[in-house]
Amino acid sequence: MAVDAGAFEAGSPGRRARLRLSGLLWRRPWLKALSLLTLPVAAFLLVYIGALAALFVSSFWTVNSFTATIQHTWSLANYRLIFSSAQPYLHIAALTLEIAAAVTVTDAVLAFPLAYFMARIASRRTRAIVFVMVLLPLWSSYLVRIYAWQTILAHDGAINWGLRGLGLPDQNLAYTNWAMWIVFSYVWLPFMVLPVYAALDRIPDSYLEASADLGARGIKTLRSVILPLALPGLVAGSIFTFSLTLGDYITPLLVGGPSSQFIGNVVYSFIGEANIPFAAAFASIPLLIMGVYLVIARRLGAFEAV
Amino acid sequence: MRRIRKRQALAVVALAAVVGAFAVTAATVQAGGVGSALPSKIGKGEGRLNVIEWPYYTDDKGPGQFARKFETQTGCKIHRQDAGTSADMFALMHANGGGGGGQYDLVSASGDASLRLIYAHDVKPINIKLIPSWKQFLKVFKSPAHNTVNGVHYGVSVQWGPNTLIYNTKKVKPPPKNWNPIYSKKYAGHITIPNNTIQIADAALYLMKKKPGLGIKDPYELTKAQLTATVKLLKRQKPLLKRFWNYATDEITSFKNGDVWLGAGWPYQTLQLQAAKAHVKEIVPVPTTGWADTWMLAAKAPHPNCAYMWMRYVTTPKVEAKQAIVFGETPVNPLACKYMNRISKGSCNAYHLNEPASYFRKIKFWKTPIPQCGWKKSNSCMDYNAWEQAWTQVKG
Repeated sequence: MAVDAGAFEAGSPGRRARLRLSGLLWRRPWLKALSLLTLPVAAFLLVYIGALAALFVSSFWTVNSFTATIQHTWSLANYRLIFSSAQPYLHIAALTLEIAAAVTVTDAVLAFPLAYFMARIASRRTRAIVFVMVLLPLWSSYLVRIYAWQTILAHDGAINWGLRGLGLPDQNLAYTNWAMWIVFSYVWLPFMVLPVYAALDRIPDSYLEASADLGARGIKTLRSVILPLALPGLVAGSIFTFSLTLGDYITPLLVGGPSSQFIGNVVYSFIGEANIPFAAAFASIPLLIMGVYLVIARRLGAFEAV
Repeated sequence: MRRIRKRQALAVVALAAVVGAFAVTAATVQAGGVGSALPSKIGKGEGRLNVIEWPYYTDDKGPGQFARKFETQTGCKIHRQDAGTSADMFALMHANGGGGGGQYDLVSASGDASLRLIYAHDVKPINIKLIPSWKQFLKVFKSPAHNTVNGVHYGVSVQWGPNTLIYNTKKVKPPPKNWNPIYSKKYAGHITIPNNTIQIADAALYLMKKKPGLGIKDPYELTKAQLTATVKLLKRQKPLLKRFWNYATDEITSFKNGDVWLGAGWPYQTLQLQAAKAHVKEIVPVPTTGWADTWMLAAKAPHPNCAYMWMRYVTTPKVEAKQAIVFGETPVNPLACKYMNRISKGSCNAYHLNEPASYFRKIKFWKTPIPQCGWKKSNSCMDYNAWEQAWTQVKG
C-alpha cells in the first residue's frame, strides 16, 4: 500500500490538496452530489427538455404559405387542423396507434414462451445460444432488415415462392398494413424478449415449489404466480415496442401501402415543406400518448423490472 | 408524499421557465433580408463549390467525368449534398436561416420547388449574360415561368424530361397509348404513382380532356372547385394503387419484383430497369407533364464565382450531352444534339431534343402553384399550401 502514516505527514503539496478536497467532499455530501450531477443534468435540461420545449412552443406558431417564413404569433390553428374531422390527421394517428398496439401484443405473445424457455428450461449452453440468436439481428442495420423484408414479401419474393411450391395461391402482402405489422413485430421483438426474460429469471424457484405444494397445477401456477410476476417485464418491453412503432416512419415508407401513413411520415413531409409549426404540433400527439402510457406502465410496476 | 408533490411542482415550474425562455428568444429572432447587385463579370474562383443536387447530378463517379474536368480547369472543388425529393431540396435550402444557410452555393431545383425558393428568398437573381450558352437554348427554356419572374432570372435551366408511363411488356397488353390506364380498374393493384404533391397536376391534366366542363386551362393553376374535383379523382384512383413511390429506386424495385405493372415515372427508371434486363418499356403520352431543372444561386452563396463558373460550364453543348446520356434526360441546349449522337447513336432523336416548338407546348412543365392565375387574371387559384393539404388528404 502506498498510503501509510509517514507519507501522510511528509506528503507533497499536491497530495495534501487532494486530501483536503476529498475531506471536504466527505463532510459535505451535497457538494459531491452537485459535482457529479451538474454536467448530466445540464445536458438533460438543455438538450432534452429544451428541445421538447422548443418543439412545444413552435407548435403554436404558423407559417406563411408562400414565403415559408414562420409567423411568431400565438394561435391554435395547427391543433384545430389536426382535430378537424374533415382532415385525415386523426385517422392517421389512429392507424399509428392501432399498429403500435397490434405489434406490442404480437411481440408479447411471441416473446413470453421464448423468454420462459430461456429463463427456466434451457441449459446454460442453450441459453447462451438462444441469446445470441435473439440479439443477432440487432447487429445488422435496421434499414437492411426492412429492405430484406421488402424482397421477402414481394410478389416474386420468398413467401409467394414458398406458397407456389405448396400449390397455394399467391398472397399480396407487399405494401399493405399487414406488411407493416409483420415487419414491425419482427424488428422490435428483441426489445420485448429481454425485459420479459429478466423478469422471469428473477422468480425464485421456491415460489413455484410452494405453488405446487399447495396443489396448484401448471396452468394455475402460470396464471397466479408466473404471469403476475412477469407482468412488469411485459409492460417494460411494451414501452419499447409501443414507442418505437409509434415514432417510426421508415417502415411505412418502405413496406407500407398507399394508405399506410404514420404520424412520423406526416411530420417528415411537413418538415420538407418547411412547415415546422404544423410538424411540431402533430409530433406532440405521440408525446402525449407516450406520457399517458408511461403513467399507466408505472402503475403496473414496469420501472421495477428493468 | 407531500415532499414528492412539492418536487413535482418544482419540476413543472422549471419546465415552464425553459418554455418561456425559448418563446422569448425565438420571438425576437427575425429573418434578415438579403440585398444584392448583379455581378458584371465572374471573378477569381474561391476554390470550393457546395451544391445541393439530385443524387450524382454533378456526376461524381459517373462515366461522363465532366465534373472532374471542371474541377481541374477552375480549381473549384465540388462538395455535394444529395437530396432525394423536391421537398428535401427545399428544406435543405431553407434551413439555418434560409438562403442556403451561408453554406450552399447552388441547388439543382426542379420546377415544383424553384418558384417556392424564389418567393422564400432562398435564391437570388443572376446575371444571365455571364452564361454565354444561354443564347443557344431552346426558346422555352430561356426564361421559363418556373425560374424567371418579371424578367429576372433566378438561375439557369439545365436539363428537362417528360413524365413517362412505364409498363411491364409481359403484363400490360395492349401497350398503353395515353395516361388512361393508370385511372382504370383493369390493372387495379398493380399501379404506382409518385408520392409528390405536384402529382395533382397529372390528374388535373387528365381531367382537362376528360371533363372539359371544369374549365381547367393550366394544370398548375387550379381554382378551388377544380382542385376539389382533382382530389376526388385521385381518391378514386388510390384503391387501384399498389403503392406511392418515394424514391426512384423504390419504383425500380417494385417493377423488378413484379408488384407493379405500370406507373408514372421518369426515363431514368426505365433506363435502369432496361439495364437490369426487366421487361419494361415506356411511352411519353402527349399531352403530359414534365420537369425542368434549374441550377439556382443561393441567396447567401459563399462561393458565387465558382457557382457562376459551374453554370457557365454545365450548359455548354458537350457537357449538356454527357449529362443527358448519363441521366436519361434532355439538354436545354440544342447544340448538344451532335455530341449526344456521338456518344450514343440516335440518342438526340430518342430524347426528343430536335422536336419542333409545338411539341414543347404539349408538355406542361412543373411549376409551383401560386395564387395568381395567369389565365384568369385574378388571385383565385389555390397556392402550394392548399395543394400540400390536398395531397395529404388524398394519402390519408
